Amino acid sequence: MASENPQHQDGSTQGATTGVVQGITANLLQVRVDKPVAQNEIGYVQVEDREQGHIELMGEVIKYGDGLASVQVFDSTRGIEVGTTVRFSTSLLEVTLGPGMLSKEYDGLQNDLRAIDGVFLKRGSRSRALDPDAEWAVKPLVANGDAVYAGDWLAESEENQLPHRVLAPLDLEGQWTVRSIIGEGRIKASEELAVLENGEGQTRSVSMIQRWPVKIPVRAHVDKPRPHRLLETGVRTMDTLHPMLEGGTGFIPGPFGSGKTVLQHAISKQADADIVIVAACGERANEVVEIFNEFPELDDPRTGRKLMERTIIIANTSNMPVAAREASVYTAMTIGEFYRQMGLRVLLLADSTSRWAQALREMSNRLEDLPGPDAFPMDLSATIANFYARAGTVVLRNGKKGAITFIGTVSPAGGNLKEPVTEATKKATRCFYALSQGRADSKRYPAVDPIQSYSKYLEYPEFLAYAEANLSDRYAEQAAEMKNVLLRGSEARDQINILGDDGVPLDYHVRFWRDELLDFAILQQDAFDDVDQMTPMQRQLDMAATVLDICREDFDFAGFEAVSAFYKDLINAFRQWNYAPLDSEEFARQRERIAKLVREQREGQTSDNTAPSTAADQPTASAS
Amino acid sequence: MHLRKTYTSIRQLTKATCTVQAEGVGNEELALVGGKLAQVVKLNGDRVTLQVFGGTEGLFTDTPVQFLGAAPSLHVGPDLIGRFFNAYGQPIDGGPAPEGEEREIGGPTVNPVRREQPHQLIATGIAGIDLNNTLVAGQKIPFFADADQPYNEVMATVALRAKADKIVLGGMGLTNDDYRYFRQRFESAGVLDRIVGFINTTEDPPVERLLVPDMALTAAEHFAVDHGEQVLVLLTDMTLYADALSIVANRMDQIPSKDSMPGSLYSDLARLYEKAAQFPDGGSITIIAVTTLSEGDITHAIPDNTGYITEGQLFLRQDSEVGKVIVDPFRSLSRLKQLVIGRQTREDHPQVMNAAVRLYADASNARTKRENGFDLTDYDERTLAFARGYARDILAVDVNLDTNSMLDKAWELFAQHFRPQELGIKENLIETYLPKVPAG
Repeated sequence: MASENPQHQDGSTQGATTGVVQGITANLLQVRVDKPVAQNEIGYVQVEDREQGHIELMGEVIKYGDGLASVQVFDSTRGIEVGTTVRFSTSLLEVTLGPGMLSKEYDGLQNDLRAIDGVFLKRGSRSRALDPDAEWAVKPLVANGDAVYAGDWLAESEENQLPHRVLAPLDLEGQWTVRSIIGEGRIKASEELAVLENGEGQTRSVSMIQRWPVKIPVRAHVDKPRPHRLLETGVRTMDTLHPMLEGGTGFIPGPFGSGKTVLQHAISKQADADIVIVAACGERANEVVEIFNEFPELDDPRTGRKLMERTIIIANTSNMPVAAREASVYTAMTIGEFYRQMGLRVLLLADSTSRWAQALREMSNRLEDLPGPDAFPMDLSATIANFYARAGTVVLRNGKKGAITFIGTVSPAGGNLKEPVTEATKKATRCFYALSQGRADSKRYPAVDPIQSYSKYLEYPEFLAYAEANLSDRYAEQAAEMKNVLLRGSEARDQINILGDDGVPLDYHVRFWRDELLDFAILQQDAFDDVDQMTPMQRQLDMAATVLDICREDFDFAGFEAVSAFYKDLINAFRQWNYAPLDSEEFARQRERIAKLVREQREGQTSDNTAPSTAADQPTASAS
Repeated sequence: MHLRKTYTSIRQLTKATCTVQAEGVGNEELALVGGKLAQVVKLNGDRVTLQVFGGTEGLFTDTPVQFLGAAPSLHVGPDLIGRFFNAYGQPIDGGPAPEGEEREIGGPTVNPVRREQPHQLIATGIAGIDLNNTLVAGQKIPFFADADQPYNEVMATVALRAKADKIVLGGMGLTNDDYRYFRQRFESAGVLDRIVGFINTTEDPPVERLLVPDMALTAAEHFAVDHGEQVLVLLTDMTLYADALSIVANRMDQIPSKDSMPGSLYSDLARLYEKAAQFPDGGSITIIAVTTLSEGDITHAIPDNTGYITEGQLFLRQDSEVGKVIVDPFRSLSRLKQLVIGRQTREDHPQVMNAAVRLYADASNARTKRENGFDLTDYDERTLAFARGYARDILAVDVNLDTNSMLDKAWELFAQHFRPQELGIKENLIETYLPKVPAG
């Protein structure tokens, strides 16, 4: 039991407090207690259900005043009466951490959804997060007499071919000494693996399983440096223009239908991470079903193993209880911290953090707190900032590094980015991937607005040094140059729209079409095409250099029709190039075609355009 | 339902709620307040606050309150079929009360890992849906419509053409005329043996309509889960449902969020819409809803929250060139169409769909050009001619075609008006499907 758990004055956890329900509003109970309770302590409401008989509904203390504890129940409160008993547990809301979590599908409270019987989730349904009797091969990493601290690696195992380190309890205070450790062999997850002793002679038995309260960050590292390594996603508008870093934070706001979920799914499939945790928080159940169906089939592009083997899904869909939705993002983050402490690189995705914020709003509303903007709680911005702050790269005591990269989606009400959740998230994150309705409407996917979006990491000297050494010595310069092409293009577009094709200098048309070329060749990407959906970094660098070379060159054009004809042909060629598998014959052919088009234009030959090119107008991908 | 003790000490009366002193009452339990149905919405010691569905007009402070010991429920079974009920599940068609197993409404949610991915196409004969925004069993999708658009008529057409085993109509704030219209259309189509209706009309108290979707969905779950049937649920009008939510929230002194809607609007709507599901043993619930807009404003909290929940949305529009109502090909979206088009339909479906919509968009640009007094090119003229044929012979909601005929018709129009290179369709498809000699 974690030390953060509430302990009563006498130090015992025996005779935990019981209380009696005094009032009910929706899922909030007022519970009369005459013994101590703790803020965020878990209680179980003892309910006689009409169909199921006696059941226990889990709830959490979120406020206390004058002998009345306000308990939010993670389930329907139907049928609960005044006088119903509530048993408090002396624990905070905790997750179970240990081997056997990979490829599991949990609800927001870490119940294993596959282990719950029946088509419907009857209220009060609970199941174990992992199997305590499963056997694992372990190898000790410490010896008797070694000094250990919280989160140190005691032993090593393997799960789905990923290293799984057995951590010293995360709540250890100060230095402890290993008194016994098992030898190499197989043990059950719940069996004693080591015994630790501290300076005061207290001993502690350690297994592969431990528990941790979700709302308290794990802080068993020695340093938290700024991120510096690119998190490769294969999504060009990210990797080439707005890089996300390992241990970084970012968010994707966008109105409905702008492709948030498609983009998040693409990132979760392709990103270069050891572990991917997807928190489906208050979103459509069918979207989670898509992950359930696809991930066990899809190959991890880097290891060739099934994607599901490195994935944990926390599914708290929009129709599941609101309080559990609030918990779900914390559950996901805590599981991420556990793997980070093992020295792994975790990618955490939450879709959507707005639903989490709405859950906070519903609770604060029932507590009759004075509301902030749009009726959200006053501390919304602080809550969001604290949560994002749990991501990051850490240096462990053994010098190894682990990372949590966190990307959340935001569903702004009415598509308006000036609403509280978007604004608070913008302050808390370093990367901003704004999805634009306009781009989505014209089927330019991913609909990431290249001008509004940004990655603050482009200003990090740590990253620039990394990029220079590992990507290209001109990486940041190229990103800035591309942004400039896009900016000038959009200015030119405005002028053309106002003054007409004939009313602007030819140069405006050139600028506009350079922007279009960059947009179609690099920004737009077909998430449903096997090749185009994921572009390896080397190919991206190659593409960026090729496109920029063309953008830098001043060709002679007879008139604005000639400008559009040339760039349309180029765009078509680039798109064919994008669809061609890397280093295939087709790849070389399309590359040569591009070079030829450029050469001909340079030398003033007009290629005969009997067949007007239409491919450039085709939608890249569908909205869903 | 066993009756329990009667209480007569009403402590507080508001327009929609009353508070009575009582003991041993469960949350969400039903009660009769002077014969009016009411539901517990708040408990505080011995003070029980009830939401009186029929309104509190004429209640005395000593009106008897009788608790019924259970949440609202519905008797499910074959007796429901062909019948029309009010928001409480009582007959309004003169027939007897239904018998069958009593089920509490608003039951538990489907375990997401037990859901099947939706995979069965629903054909409606309307090209704006089948061709451009294909529906899939287990989907939830609303019509976003202005009050003056014929959404109920189109929805009734969809319901009659879709080959569903059961159609459950949930009417909220339906005008009496519209209620009669639905009944008459179902009767004259001879499909009453597939229909169940739960109707709250504008003549009924608005708060009652809060029960309608749960009644309809409880009936739907019975047919889909217990009998493995394909059930289509029609909910009209969800905007009036949300309005009723805001009335109650207001009476309960809740702090309103955007557009005076309760902060829980998203969860309240999601709880209903997420009842749409493809069940593992073959049954399914598909929800087609109506969300009326105020002058097309989709940023209002009701359509906005709905759009985040549902799997697409359908817009109706009058095509002024041909004077017909069409399903707007630009703003409408079915998020699940990818799961079926080109798989359960012909291979050319996705490309034909995209090409036709793109050419229709070109026509719309050409129209703007013409209106602004610019000269039209030959291509512009051809897109305009194409758009007229496309709207009149394919898109109009009164056209009834199967998907292959829609595709063939589209190819005919392509051949009439365009060169193959202008279509942007893969060459092998053009080879197979484009008529060699332009028809007509």
